Amino acid sequence: MTQESTKPVSPTLELRPSGEDSFVLIAKGTWTINQQRPSLKETLSDVDDLPAGSSLTIDTTKSQRYDSSLTSLLLRVARTAADKDLKLDYKTDTDSGIAKLIDLALSVPLSKDDGHHETENDFFSRVGEATIELYDNLLDSVTFIGEAIFSMIRFATGRARFRSTDLWLTIQNCGAEALPIVTLISFLIGTILAFVGKAQLDAFGASIYVADLVAIAMVREMGCVMTGIIMSGRTGAAFAAQIGSMKVTQEVDALRTFGFNPFDYLVLPRMIALIVMMPLLTIYANLVGIVGGLLVSWASGIQPLAYINETISVLNLTQLSLGVIKSVFFGIVIAGAGCLRGLQSGNSSSAVGTAATRAVVTSITMIIVIDSFFAVVFTIFDI
Amino acid sequence: MSEHTPQISVRDLTMAYGSNVVMRDLNFDIERGEIFAIIGGSGCGKSTLLRHMIGLKEPAKGDILYEGESFNASSSKQREALMRRFGVLYQSSALWSSLTLAENIAMPLEEHTKLTKDTIADIVSYKLSLVGLAGFQEYYPSEISGGMKKRAALARAMALDPEILFFDEPSAGLDPVTSKRLDELIVQISESMKTTVILVTHELPSLLSIATNSIFLDVSTKTQAAVGDPKELKEHCKIPQVREFLNRGQDVEAPSHSLSS
Repeated sequence: MTQESTKPVSPTLELRPSGEDSFVLIAKGTWTINQQRPSLKETLSDVDDLPAGSSLTIDTTKSQRYDSSLTSLLLRVARTAADKDLKLDYKTDTDSGIAKLIDLALSVPLSKDDGHHETENDFFSRVGEATIELYDNLLDSVTFIGEAIFSMIRFATGRARFRSTDLWLTIQNCGAEALPIVTLISFLIGTILAFVGKAQLDAFGASIYVADLVAIAMVREMGCVMTGIIMSGRTGAAFAAQIGSMKVTQEVDALRTFGFNPFDYLVLPRMIALIVMMPLLTIYANLVGIVGGLLVSWASGIQPLAYINETISVLNLTQLSLGVIKSVFFGIVIAGAGCLRGLQSGNSSSAVGTAATRAVVTSITMIIVIDSFFAVVFTIFDI
Repeated sequence: MSEHTPQISVRDLTMAYGSNVVMRDLNFDIERGEIFAIIGGSGCGKSTLLRHMIGLKEPAKGDILYEGESFNASSSKQREALMRRFGVLYQSSALWSSLTLAENIAMPLEEHTKLTKDTIADIVSYKLSLVGLAGFQEYYPSEISGGMKKRAALARAMALDPEILFFDEPSAGLDPVTSKRLDELIVQISESMKTTVILVTHELPSLLSIATNSIFLDVSTKTQAAVGDPKELKEHCKIPQVREFLNRGQDVEAPSHSLSS
């Protein structure tokens, strides 16, 4: 490596015979990563074709400057040489840096395990793998539900140990702090229902029944489902991320070794908080939705008092309780999915992200499934 | 032979993740009051061995006995009681991030003792002073540096005056002075309270100065290469990898008289 910093000369690599069974590989020019490297396919395949047992000298005396651009190439040559039993020699100017770097790179042999474990990729093995994953997942979920029930029993009998401040903080977080977004969404849902309903009902001259439509839709379905979806995205994902990152930093392990049951400490307060807060948020969402419907109707000429009277006449306690009952189950599912996915999370930051995503997907799916289940049950019992 | 049961004995322990065996047939004893080091190259399963010893992972085969009692076969109640005698310092400190340092240290005390609030506050302040963090009670883990977290985690590990302290790379990422201080602290604790210390470490100076016994795990054979005092192993071990490791990669002459491992 010479230090005359003249203008960069484009690099070349040349393979020449230098006697019987001996060859020399000459690198000329400036070999830096800023410099375009010439296409070396031919020269390299020439090196590949050298007869086994011949000797190869690498001559870098004519190159002006080099960095990884050249050394990476020579390492490849050196690996080929080792494979084919070539005698490798270096001819360098002042320092033997390049030879040392390559020796260092070769000092640990190539790992035979390239990290890509062979996976069968045909249809049957993929179905098989998916089935095994599904089974594992199911097993995890069942174990989780079992532990949750035991934990609840411990709580009910006063034997569960967790920090009460954790519970209050979670209640604050998934209750009071969720009010703004719940207000906005349910208000808008109320107005949308009123707009759509009114356009249709006007055709029959039955505009006042907009009140019935908004009230029934909010109280039975939209209030609890929308709150559930908001809470999945807001709180379920947060639960999964919190517990997942606690796993990454070994905080969950630390709980265990200090004799705390991670389930009681992490899952129970979150579950209780959502079981308590979901019905309250749902009642609130129902109310805000009806107010939204009222404002839209008022703007299009229905007297608020008439609207309120109509709303009160159509609602009864049974109607009102349906959404609230469902919301309790939604709360269990959201907290359960969040905590389960968090506890299942792997030990890396990307695994925490995946856990949060899976928590949201699981809980929203479960909310819709439970909702349709209740729809069937309510229809059968004619409620 | 006297009827002597070591505090911890590991018998034929094989560790595996699924079908991937990490180490097989480990056999060694740890006596009360020893500073026992688990050493070996990166990725050889040192931390995994530690996780087995504190009961966070089940062995694929074999057993770990605490005072002659099998840890893995014991009921969950016995196991919990046993784990209460452990203190663990995790590699990533693992302080509970939603709690202040004081609350972190107080939490095990509140859970497992019937001490009054005042006494607990005194113990917290004493433990924090021991690790050089006097006055940091109200800080959250996110507000202090990595080295301070490590020390705070040590204070927490010592909260219940455990009989056995486990350290997973205690001095990784610490400056030499702090690391030295930590070593002195470990020796102090071990001497004054007869605490058994088990540590996973790469730090040669600290290893050679404080450890009284050690096990060397060999990643290439997946078995234990040697057991003994690291200072002795450094000079006299008959296995070249062990000498090379303890002499910082320098090749050393084979010893004239070999110690049996």
